[in-house]
Amino acid sequence: MSPLARRLTLLALVILPLALPSPARAEVFGAETATLKNGLQVVVVPNHRGPVIHHMVWYKVGAADEPPGKSGLAHLLEHLMFKGTEKVPAGEFSKIVARNGGRDNAFTGSDYTAYHQTIARDRLPLVMELEADRLANLRLAEEDFQTERQVVLEERLSRVENEPAALLAERLDLALWVTHPYRNPVIGWEDEIKALTRTDALAFHAAHYAPNNAILVVAGDVTLDEVLPLAEKFFGPIPAAEVAERTRPERLPPPARATIEMAHPRVAQASFRRLYPAPAASDPTGDTPALEVLGEILGGGGSSRLYRRLVVDDAVATTAGLWVDPHGRDYATVGLYGRPRPPHTLNDLEAAMDAEISRLLADGVSAEEVAGAIDKLTARVAYARDDLATGAEVLGRALATGSTVAEVEAWPERIAEVTPQRVMAVARAVLGGERAVTGLLRPAASAPETSAPEARQ
Amino acid sequence: MKRLIGLACLLLLAVAAPARAEVAVTEVRGPESGVTAWLVEDRTAPVVSLALAFTGGAALDPAEKAGRARLLAGTLDEGAGELSSPAFRKALEDDSIELSFSARRDEFSGQLKTLAERRDRAFELLGLALSQPRFDADPVARVKSQILAALERDAEDPQTLAMRRLMAELFKGHPYARPTAGTPETVADLNRDDLLAAARATLVRDRLLVTVVGAITPAELAPLLDVAFADLPETAPQQAPVPDTTPRPPASPEQATVHIAKDLPQAVAAFAQPGIRRDDPDWYAAYVLNYILGGGGFSSRLMQTVRVDNGLAYSVYSYLYPFDHAALWLGGVATSADRIDRSLDLIREEWRKMAENGPTATELADAKTYLTGAWALRFTSTDGIAGLLLAARREGLGEDYVNRRNDFIEAVTLGDLKRLAARHLDADQVLTVVVGPKAQ
Repeated sequence: MSPLARRLTLLALVILPLALPSPARAEVFGAETATLKNGLQVVVVPNHRGPVIHHMVWYKVGAADEPPGKSGLAHLLEHLMFKGTEKVPAGEFSKIVARNGGRDNAFTGSDYTAYHQTIARDRLPLVMELEADRLANLRLAEEDFQTERQVVLEERLSRVENEPAALLAERLDLALWVTHPYRNPVIGWEDEIKALTRTDALAFHAAHYAPNNAILVVAGDVTLDEVLPLAEKFFGPIPAAEVAERTRPERLPPPARATIEMAHPRVAQASFRRLYPAPAASDPTGDTPALEVLGEILGGGGSSRLYRRLVVDDAVATTAGLWVDPHGRDYATVGLYGRPRPPHTLNDLEAAMDAEISRLLADGVSAEEVAGAIDKLTARVAYARDDLATGAEVLGRALATGSTVAEVEAWPERIAEVTPQRVMAVARAVLGGERAVTGLLRPAASAPETSAPEARQ
Repeated sequence: MKRLIGLACLLLLAVAAPARAEVAVTEVRGPESGVTAWLVEDRTAPVVSLALAFTGGAALDPAEKAGRARLLAGTLDEGAGELSSPAFRKALEDDSIELSFSARRDEFSGQLKTLAERRDRAFELLGLALSQPRFDADPVARVKSQILAALERDAEDPQTLAMRRLMAELFKGHPYARPTAGTPETVADLNRDDLLAAARATLVRDRLLVTVVGAITPAELAPLLDVAFADLPETAPQQAPVPDTTPRPPASPEQATVHIAKDLPQAVAAFAQPGIRRDDPDWYAAYVLNYILGGGGFSSRLMQTVRVDNGLAYSVYSYLYPFDHAALWLGGVATSADRIDRSLDLIREEWRKMAENGPTATELADAKTYLTGAWALRFTSTDGIAGLLLAARREGLGEDYVNRRNDFIEAVTLGDLKRLAARHLDADQVLTVVVGPKAQ
C-alpha cells in the first residue's frame, strides 16, 4: 500500500533458502553466468511467464564495510544514488523508470547494496544504461545531500526510535558481534548519521562502486545471449578499478553469554529473543544445509518442536519459533523468539525454550524429522521459482556474500544429503555453545516525559 | 529492439505503453457443487495457487461480537474432520501446503498454494477446513489468546491507533467504524457457538468466488472444486445487510484534526476524505489522479514536496480505498514530532492546489505510461495472478478484464481529471488523526 521506496534490509526475514525442487539433475533456477573483461559478473535467470524482467545491480559493499564512526554511510549512499548524474538530474531516475512503465527501488544490508527495476523486457537497455550511468558518473549537490540525510534520519525514527523492539534489537547486535562490524545497525547510529558528509559519500562510492565489485542479475524473459551484448555496451566501457579490501576481524572475542533487558513504556507485551552466530555459508567449518534443516525441525512452523511444545501443548507462549539467516558473508545468524502467554512470564518462557533446546541436544533428532524438513526445504524451491524476483534476489545475495552460482543451483542435492548426525553436529556447535545474546523486552509503567527507556546489560 | 539514442533524449520521450498482460481465463465448473473457478493454466513452476473470497466479512459481525470473522479466520485451519488441530497443521506442513484465511470488512478470504503433484491432498484439506471445522476448545483458546495479545500490541502501535480512530470517526454508527479484529471485551466473550454461527453465516456457496492459477488443467481442476466446495451449504440464513454509508466530514475546521497523545519521537498521521466507489464511472479518473497526487511514489506530488524538497518524511502517500458500501481517499505520513505540522500543512496545500488546478498534461501522460506498463508487472507469480483475477471477479468485471484494463486507463482525459479534482478533492473535508506528543 504505502510506496516505501529506498528500502533497508535489516538482518533476517528473508529466510528463503537457496533451494529448489524438481527432478534429478535439474537446477534450481537454470541460471547462466559470464564475466565481462572489466570484472562485472553477469547472471541471467530465465523466467518466461510474461514479457517482463527484473534487473538488479548488486555491489559487494554494505554497512559492515563502513569506516569506523561512519555507520549508515552505505545506506545513505544508496539513497544518494538517486540524486543524479550529468545526464540524469536529481530525482529523475525513478521518474524515468516510471514513465517507462517500470518500478524501481534499492536496499542495503551489512554485506551488500542492491538496486533493482522491474520493467518490460524491451526496456532492459534503458535500465541498464541508467544503472551504468550512475555507477560511473554519480554527482551530488550539497543541498540534495543535506535533504536526503534528513530523510534518512526520519527513516531511522520510523524504523527504530518509534519501535521499542527495534531499539532492543540494536543492543543485541552490539552485544553479539562486539568487535565485528555487524554490530552496527545498517541504517546507522543517529549521531553518526548526522556527522556524515557529502565528501564521505563520494569517497565511499569511489572506493567500492566499480564493475569488478558488482554483479548484474537479470531475471525474466531473456537469455544470456541477449543480455551479454547489452551489458558489454553499457557497462563494458567502465574500467575496472582498485576496490577497497573488505577487512573484517578474523574472529569474534572469546565466547560469552549475555542478557540484555529493556523496559519501555510503549511496550504492550513482553517478548523474548536470542541470537546465536554460526559459520557463514562459505565457511568450510560450517554446515549451512544442516543448519537450515535444524531450523526447520526446531522452529520452522506450526508443527515445529518449539511451537508444538511451547504454544500448543504447554501454552507457555502465544508464539515461539526460530529463524536461520544464512546470508551473512562472515557469519550466519540463528534467532529464537517468543512471547509469553499469560499467566506465564518471560522467565517461564525462557526456561521452556532452554528445556526444549536441552532436550534436542540430549535426545537428538529422528530420521523422520530430518526427512520431513528436507521435503519442506525442497518444496520451497518450487515456490521460489514461481516468483520473478526471487531467483534474482537469491543469486545476487549469494554471490555478494561469497557463494557461487553452482552452489545455489545444487541446493536440492546438498539439502537432500543432510543426515541426523550432521544436524546434531551443528546443533551442538551453535545452540550448545557459549556464544549467545538474549533480549528480554518488558512493558514499563508509563514514564514521565523526560525518562528515556532504560537498557542494562 | 530500438537503438538507444542516449539518456538526454529519453528524458523527453513520453513512451508508449510497453508490455501487456495477456492471460487466458477458462471458467471451470465443479460438476456436483456447481462452483465455478476462473482458471489460468501456467506452467512456469510446478505449483498451483487458489484464491477465494466469501463476500461479506467482518462488517457482518454483530456489534457485540466484533472480531468474530477474524477469529473464524484464525481457527478454520486449526483442526477439521477427523484431524485434531496438531494433526491438521502437520498434514499441511508435511506436504508443504500453504493455507491461510483472513477477514476484512467486506470479505472473508482464503489462499491455498501447493506443489502441483500434491494438489489432491491440498484441495481435500481445504474442503475439510471449510466444511468440517472442529473449533476444539484448546486451539480456540490459543487463537483467542493470540488475537488478544495482538490487540494489546495494537494499542501501542501508532499506525494502527491512527487508522482505528480515523475509521471510528468517519463511520460512527456503521459497522465500518469497528475494528475488524474486535475489542478485548468482545473477543474475550467469543465462543464455539459464535464460530459455528459465523461459519454458517459466511461460508456458503452463493457468496463464494474462486480463482486458480498454475500447473493444472480444467479437467483436473473440475473434480477438485467439488472436493473443496461441494459440502458447503448453498446459502446462509437471512441476515441484516450492511447499509451503504458516506464518511462523516469534520464538522468544523477546529475538529478537522484529532490528536492522540503518545510520547513518540516521530508523530504518525493518517488522513481521509470521501473517496470514489469502485463502480463509479469516475473510478479510473480517480485512480490516475491519486497516482499523481500521492500514489506514485517518487512521481507523486506529495512525495516531491514532503520528502524530496523538504526532507520531512521517509514515507508519504495517498490511496483509494473503495469498500463495498462506502469509499475513502486515504493518506499517511510520519514526521519527527516537532515538524509534523509542517508536513500536514504541505499536504493540505497540495490537496488544495490539485483541487483548484488539476494535474498537467505531462503528469497525465506520465501517469498513463506508468500505470499501463506496470499492470503487466503484477502478473509475476501464480498467487499474485490469482489475487488480481479474484479482485476482478469480486467487482463483476468479466473474464477478459485483466486484458482490457489498460484501455480504461488510456481513456482518461485531462478534462476528466480536472473535473473530478474540482468536484471531489476538498481539503476542508479531510479528517486527520495525529498520534504523537502534543504540539509545544
